[in-house]
Amino acid sequence: MEVKPLLVSVWRGGADGHFEEFEVPRRASQTVLDVVTFIQRHLDPTLAYRFACRVGMCGSCAMTVNGTPRWTCRTHVDKVAKAGRVEIGPLANMPVVRDLVADMREFFDKWARARGQFKPTATRHDEFVVVKPESRERREADAGIECIGCGVCYAACDVVKWKDTYLGPAALNRAWTLVNDVRDGGQRARLAAVAGDAGCHSCHTLMSCTRHCPKGISPTRSIAGLKRATLGVDPGEAP
Amino acid sequence: MSARVEARLWVVQRATAAVLALCVVVHLATIIYAVRGGLSAAEILARTRGSFAWGSFYAVFVIAAAAHGSIGLRAVAMEWLGWGKGSAVALMLAVALTFVALGLRAVFAMVAS
Repeated sequence: MEVKPLLVSVWRGGADGHFEEFEVPRRASQTVLDVVTFIQRHLDPTLAYRFACRVGMCGSCAMTVNGTPRWTCRTHVDKVAKAGRVEIGPLANMPVVRDLVADMREFFDKWARARGQFKPTATRHDEFVVVKPESRERREADAGIECIGCGVCYAACDVVKWKDTYLGPAALNRAWTLVNDVRDGGQRARLAAVAGDAGCHSCHTLMSCTRHCPKGISPTRSIAGLKRATLGVDPGEAP
Repeated sequence: MSARVEARLWVVQRATAAVLALCVVVHLATIIYAVRGGLSAAEILARTRGSFAWGSFYAVFVIAAAAHGSIGLRAVAMEWLGWGKGSAVALMLAVALTFVALGLRAVFAMVAS
């Protein structure tokens, strides 16, 4: 029996763009990224999209698939197609560059604003710090460390949508992994940065980030940890 | 708003939520008990007048509710009405003081008048 082609609506243009329809042949184990790649290689070479590793490591290919933010390289068409149709758009809560490419500058700038940089306290002449795998800090850091920076949580977050200064789940999750890094020396400034009103206290525990994270991380849990940790913030520290 | 104030408002709202959880249960149980044979002002006042226990319970209830609700309204004003921090804090303080004044006046009337 011949399999019907997939009907795909793809966002074209910038913020004021529109959806364009394509027909893409079905394949076994086809991913949404395969579909987008097929369109660009065979139907319309002007389609703009972003990808790199194709195996769920790099965090480049996240898009909005049928209204839900997803990593497209590891999302099978069989799982998301409804009545033989799929709608693919750029990630929400970010400016559209063109077609399926969202501008992630603000997203990553917020990691920096949340003091997501490691601040070393030792030099190459010091001994290695021993961090026991079973220690509480190591386990807390482990729970959030596998983030690939894909922006799915940020696109799923309602607080990001209505409060554009909010640092967002990914940046706060990053901050929490560093708060639990015993080698880091930037804790006071970090806790002050994430405790401002653009930080962890703006989270309403809606848990969209946790529900949509493709890596199974719970930024909600990390943010709850930050809320507790900020109780010890030094009053003299400016964010 | 400084980081310290944000953190403190958060912990005050958390702590008052815990207090309210207990107070609301006691309050609801009292309502169910109090209306069992019809509700009358005389019956209520007979129970509360001169009672230090009921007076302090409802004073705590009033203060916790005023703090909890006003901190929540501050967030609602900023996120949903787009108010600036200054006016949202003014709203929070005004609501808190109004609720405390009205509530404690009622507690006073119930216990000491």
